[in-house]
Amino acid sequence: MALFLGILFLVVKIGIVLGALLFVAGYLVLGERKLIGWIQIRLGPNRAGPWGLLQPLADIVKLLAKEDLVPEGADRWIFLYAPAVVAATALLIFAVVPFGDHWTVIGKRIPMVITDLNVGLLYVLALSSLGVYGVALGGWASNSKFSLLGAIRGVAQMISYELSLGLSLVPIVMLAHSFSLVDIVGAQARYPFILVQPVAFLIFFISAVAESKRIPFDLPEAENELVAGYHTEYSGMRFGLFFLGEYVTMLVLGSLVAVFFLGGWRGPLFPPIFWFTAKVFFIAFVMIWMRATLPRLRYDQLMHLGWKVLIPAALLNIVATGGVVLLIKGG
Amino acid sequence: MGKKKGYFEQTADIFRGLSQGMGVTLAHLFRRKITEEYPEYRRPLPARSRARIVLTRDPEGEERCVACFLCSAVCPVSCISMEGEEREDGRRWARWFRINFARCIYCGFCEEACPTLAIQLTPDYEFCDRDILNLVAEKEDLLVDHGGKDNEYNFYRYAGVSMVGDKGSHIDEGTPVNVKSNLP
Repeated sequence: MALFLGILFLVVKIGIVLGALLFVAGYLVLGERKLIGWIQIRLGPNRAGPWGLLQPLADIVKLLAKEDLVPEGADRWIFLYAPAVVAATALLIFAVVPFGDHWTVIGKRIPMVITDLNVGLLYVLALSSLGVYGVALGGWASNSKFSLLGAIRGVAQMISYELSLGLSLVPIVMLAHSFSLVDIVGAQARYPFILVQPVAFLIFFISAVAESKRIPFDLPEAENELVAGYHTEYSGMRFGLFFLGEYVTMLVLGSLVAVFFLGGWRGPLFPPIFWFTAKVFFIAFVMIWMRATLPRLRYDQLMHLGWKVLIPAALLNIVATGGVVLLIKGG
Repeated sequence: MGKKKGYFEQTADIFRGLSQGMGVTLAHLFRRKITEEYPEYRRPLPARSRARIVLTRDPEGEERCVACFLCSAVCPVSCISMEGEEREDGRRWARWFRINFARCIYCGFCEEACPTLAIQLTPDYEFCDRDILNLVAEKEDLLVDHGGKDNEYNFYRYAGVSMVGDKGSHIDEGTPVNVKSNLP
């Protein structure tokens, strides 16, 4: 009976999280278009319903109605599955993110996280590494020069910035004494980690923007250079899946920044879910704001930043944090 | 080149540059938007804007078009076609006159070429249609009851088969010469 109830709650949690995530990602597309429009002193889409709120619906209908093209000479099965890899790895990261503290329902204490893996951080990093496969397979299977170049750049960029992504999180583990995301949020009860790890925050944020291939790191899908990079040959709902995967990744990275550095769901007065969403939306706002402002990094500048600036800085940060921790703990 | 800057100074430069740029965009976020929303606000067009074509009438109420084919000949995309006919009093007119607005590029060459000021372009641009065949306009769609841009011009007062009097009765025409009076 307890097993059945446990599974039921799990399925309900998964359903709610998945539904909310896809819904928010869809409206994040609209939010980005409106926000970029306002920054460029023009209105974003506002015709498809009041304030353009039905625009995602219109986009979905449009994408579903488009011709589903598979290029000649393309590796058919890999071509079909590559967008799924991208979207799936992005969605799976949310399995370990805590949205709140606890909920007590009919006498049972339900943690507000789908699963509290005790190696949650490693799981997150592993999934972001798997996401590289989606880019590589999508570009290779398209049998097109632009796609291939975009995929090459994408893969190189993603694996380079994964290193600084992981290294910048080592001090967080040092401070929280655990890999579990729930424990990391728990360790920020008195102060968020951004106050004691500003350098790590910057490195993680920049690496996160590079991992999700957002401007200024969007060379793999640079519209002015590669048509659309690794997703040139995709049309209709497959392109929609790539697109959605990118925005889900934005949300994922926003929530990871919130969990690791901004104190997760913690905050005064309001319910935890409010604080969590507020932090995620704030990070998403900063990413959109950067998109509207910054030019694109050239490929060699991108590699230079990843390998010659961020990784040494992350390593120095680890050494310094280790030193300070030892000093304070008196070892 | 100036003195090479140290790492801290370079980092400070980076932060300063980025924050200045991001500050500008943030300031723009709170400005009034310059978009003019179309159906609610229609921008007033200049009077000589070239959009829909009309066939005008002269002050006496007759059609001005004499089916001379000049507009059809000058049209860069060949969207005008017509058939001419002569009335009992000698005046030419177009039996049918067709403009394919799907091909028309609204350049105004036909308006410049027309000797009778019949064909004119108006600033009316809101006539799009979902079926492309509905954009082929016949003469009855094009003909209007007024004189367009010049309400007083009547071609036949200046040239053409004389509708107002005998030979020599056009405006600015010299008196006709009797060639037989010059014979030796």
